[in-house]
Amino acid sequence: MQIAPPDSDRLFAALADHTRRDIVRRAISAEEGDIVRRAISAEEGVLELASHYPMSFAAVQKHVAVLERAGLITKQRIGRRRVVRTNLEALLVARRLLDQYEELWRARIDRMNELVAETAGAIDTVETKESKR
Amino acid sequence: MTVTAVRKDPQRLTLTVEAEFDASVERIWQLWADPRQLERWWGPPTYPATFTKHDLAPGSRVESHMTGPAGDQPHGYWDVLEVEPPRRILFRAGFAKSDGTPNTDMPINTIRVGIEGVAQGRTRMSIEIVGIEGVAQGRTRMSIEIVFPSTEAMEQVLAMGTEEGLSQAVGQIDAILAEETIQR
Repeated sequence: MQIAPPDSDRLFAALADHTRRDIVRRAISAEEGDIVRRAISAEEGVLELASHYPMSFAAVQKHVAVLERAGLITKQRIGRRRVVRTNLEALLVARRLLDQYEELWRARIDRMNELVAETAGAIDTVETKESKR
Repeated sequence: MTVTAVRKDPQRLTLTVEAEFDASVERIWQLWADPRQLERWWGPPTYPATFTKHDLAPGSRVESHMTGPAGDQPHGYWDVLEVEPPRRILFRAGFAKSDGTPNTDMPINTIRVGIEGVAQGRTRMSIEIVGIEGVAQGRTRMSIEIVFPSTEAMEQVLAMGTEEGLSQAVGQIDAILAEETIQR
């Protein structure tokens, strides 16, 4: 069976790097929309972010890309500018919700399985009785 | 193990669960098509379900309620969209008020059920639940926006990052989980 890598793998892998966790942490501590208001010129967004880390601009961009792929950041177009938006809390809420649904359906499937096993037994009994006649 | 695959997509709010049973396609179909069978698995033992209206036909509305230990009766409904016995059902499931009318304050899920034989006497059922929503209570949105110098730069970044870093850190998952627990 072909199964896509579970999203949690990507999420955890994205958060497994110190720099990326720090980028996300900055996201959490920022006031909503604050960066947008302060982003006077397009360059400042990423350059500002890059200045916090002892690495190249390109390296920071790579980390941002990993976060994007993990679903911690989404692409958005605002006017003529391309921006990325982080929404960790919403994502965690979504994940908890999906976990609850998984639990619900696993329990349902367990009950289905019991029901199927029960009736399979009943049919076997009937068949055995009939074959004895 | 009955459940053979689980896929979650937090961005699309979609859950897919696949399970395999030692039973025929018709037998698994009956779990959905016979309301008396459905009642035996839809609700947990503490909240058994009763289906008061059940006709699996496109355009029909299935009505049910569950009965809780304190006598509370949450009502639910399905709006059946597509049916192809014994292989496919597509319906929208929601909560209803006590008179059976849909409660529009509660989330609606679209559920797609597929049933197929995989071997002699073995049947796979897949359930895809789309548009999972929670009640928005107590939800906090925190966001940041990072502005890229240009479309080209952004596309370049996205192209670069796809392979990098995804596999290297798998061994650190336990540490991350521990760290997250401490932070909360």
